[in-house]
Amino acid sequence: MTMMNRMLSRWLPAYAFLYIVFLYLPVVFLPIFSVNTTASPKFPLTGLTLKWYRDLPNTPALIDAAWNSLMVGVSAALLATLLGICAARAITRYRFPGRRAINGLIMAPLVLPEIILAVSMLLVMLQLGLSLSLITVVFGHVLICIPYSLSVLTSGFEGFDRSLEEASADLGESAFGTFRRVTLPMVAPAIISSLLVSFTISLDEFIIAFFLTGTEPTLPIYIWGQLRFASKLPGVLALGTVLLVGSFLLLTIAEVLRRRAARRTQNTGGAHA
Amino acid sequence: MPDLPLPERPLSDRTMIEISHVSRSYGAFKALDDASLTIREGEFFSLLGPSGCGKTTLLRMIAGFDNPTTGTIAIDGQPMEGIPANRRPTNMVFQSYAIFPHLNVEQNVAYGLKRLKLGATEERRRVEEALAQVSLTGLGKRGANELSGGQRQRVALARALVMRPKVLLLDEPLSALDKKLREQMQVELRRLQQAVGITFILVTHDQYEALAMSDRIAVMFGGRITQVASPKEIYQRPVNRQVADFLGGMNFVKAEIVEENGASIVVDTLGFGRVRTDKPPAFTRNGGSATLGIRPERLRVLWDDATSKFEVAGRVVERHYFGEITHLIVEIPGLEKPLSVTETNDFGADDIPVGSAVRLAYDPDALVALAD
Repeated sequence: MTMMNRMLSRWLPAYAFLYIVFLYLPVVFLPIFSVNTTASPKFPLTGLTLKWYRDLPNTPALIDAAWNSLMVGVSAALLATLLGICAARAITRYRFPGRRAINGLIMAPLVLPEIILAVSMLLVMLQLGLSLSLITVVFGHVLICIPYSLSVLTSGFEGFDRSLEEASADLGESAFGTFRRVTLPMVAPAIISSLLVSFTISLDEFIIAFFLTGTEPTLPIYIWGQLRFASKLPGVLALGTVLLVGSFLLLTIAEVLRRRAARRTQNTGGAHA
Repeated sequence: MPDLPLPERPLSDRTMIEISHVSRSYGAFKALDDASLTIREGEFFSLLGPSGCGKTTLLRMIAGFDNPTTGTIAIDGQPMEGIPANRRPTNMVFQSYAIFPHLNVEQNVAYGLKRLKLGATEERRRVEEALAQVSLTGLGKRGANELSGGQRQRVALARALVMRPKVLLLDEPLSALDKKLREQMQVELRRLQQAVGITFILVTHDQYEALAMSDRIAVMFGGRITQVASPKEIYQRPVNRQVADFLGGMNFVKAEIVEENGASIVVDTLGFGRVRTDKPPAFTRNGGSATLGIRPERLRVLWDDATSKFEVAGRVVERHYFGEITHLIVEIPGLEKPLSVTETNDFGADDIPVGSAVRLAYDPDALVALAD
C-alpha cells in the first residue's frame, strides 16, 4: 500500500504535466505560427512578422463573416440569457413538480452530439418552411447556449435570500425600487456573465452554424473555407489567435463575475463570524 | 447603548396594536386560528411557542408580508387592511438579518432613509445615531461580508431603528448567535427598548429569551394563543400542562378533586397529601381528576435535622451535575413518576449519594392546579 502510494506520488505530477502539455500544446502552436514569415507551418521559424495580422482588416470576406458572427453572437446571447433568467428564477425560487426533470431537459443539449442536434434542427427548420439564414443560426445557438446560461444564472440566483426583497419593502421601498436597488445589483454580475459565456460559445460554434446558415458565413465557417488554400493558412492562424485570446478574455471576465454574483447572494454566515 | 442603569419605563395604557379575531389558512391548514391580542405602546411583547405554532405568521401579518384570511389588525388606531408592507409604520429585524450584501454598513442603515429625502447632513446624523445605539460607531464603512454574526444582528437592528417605527418586529433575532452572545444581546435588547421606548414584538421559541426580555408574553400552540401574561405569571401560573411543560421543567402529579369553588380548588394527591391552591382562570374541570404541577427548583433538599411544615420523603435514584446546580431524580412512594429536583450546589447537593434517602421541602403556593 505504502509502496503504491510512493509510486503514485512520484508519477502523478509527471502524468499531470504530460496531460497539460497534450491539452495546450496545439493551442500554443497557433500564435507561434501566426507570426512566422513563411506560409507553411513548420519549424524552424524563418522570421517574425505581424503582417498576417495587418492583412486581416483588409479582407472584406473576413470582415463580413466577423460582422455576421457578431450579430449572431449578440442575438443568441441576449435570447439565451433572457430565457435563462426565466428558467433560473423558476428553478431557484419555486418548488414545483417536475422541477428536476425540466432542469435536466434544459441542460441536455450540453451532452447531445452536436451533429445530431444540427441535423435535427435543420430538418425542423425546413419542415417549418424557414429559409436558412443567420436567424436560423441564432435559433440553433440559443439552444446550445441556454445550458451554459442556465448554469451560470442558477449559481448566481441560488441562495438569493428572499427576505432581502422583503427587507427592502419593509424599509419603505416600492416594488420597482426594490428591483432597482436590491434585486438587479445582486444578480447583474450573473446576467453579464451569462451574456459573455453565451456570446463566446456562439462566436466559436461551427457545426450548427454550418448546417443552419444560408449563404452568409460566420467566422468559423469562413475559417473552414479558407483552410482549402495553403497560402491563406497564416491569415487563418492569425485570426484564430485573435479569436482564442478574445474568447479567453471574455470567459475569464464571465467567471470572475459569476463568482462575485455567487458570493453576493450566498452570504448567510458572514466572513468572520 | 448607554450603560447607565435605566429605570423601568412605566407602561402606557395606550393601545398600539389591536389584533382581533385574526385567522390565516393555507388551503386546509390553519396557521393561525382566531387570535386576538392587544399590545400597548412601549411594550416589549413576545410571541412564544414551538415551531409551527403560528407566531411568525402573526408577525408577518403585522409587518404586511401576509394578510389575514379573516379578522383585522390595527396599528396605532389605523386599520391595516390593504396597506402594503412599505407603507406600514413597522420595521422588522429578520431572522436571517437580510443585510444587503452589496452595500456597506452605512448604506444598509441609510437604505430606508434615502426615500425620505432628509438631506445629506440629517441623513448622516440619523445613521450615526442609529449606529451608536447599537454600539457600531466607526464600522460604517465595513462591507456586509466583513461582519460577524453579532455585528450583522446589530446592523439589522440599526437599519430598522433608524426609521423610527411605531413598532419594531423581531423574528427570532438571536437564534443564530452562540449562547454567550445571545445572553448578552438579550440584556442589550431590553436596555435598548427601554431607552427608545418603541413597542417591540419579539417572536421566539426560546422560553428563557421571552422570560428575560418581555413585559408580557403570548404563548401559542397550534395556531392558537393559549395564555397572555407577564413572564412571572406565565412561569408560575401556567394555564395548562402544555404551557407549563413548554416553559421549563415541571413535575406533574396526579390529583383527585375534592372541592372546587370560585377562586380555589382542593385536591388529594398521593405524594403531597391534601392541597388547597388557587384555581387558574382557564381551569376547566374534566371529570374528577386534575394535575398538580411543581417546578423542580421549588423543591428543596432538607439537610440533617431540618424540618419543614410541608415535606415529602423519598430516595435519590439519579444525580446529574451541571456545575452551578445539580439535578436529582427522587422517587417518592405512591407517586407513579419520580420528581425532578434542581438544587444549587452550595450545600453539597452534588455529593448526595444515589440511593440515599432524602426529604424535600416545598411551598404549597408553588403547587399549581392544571386542567387535564
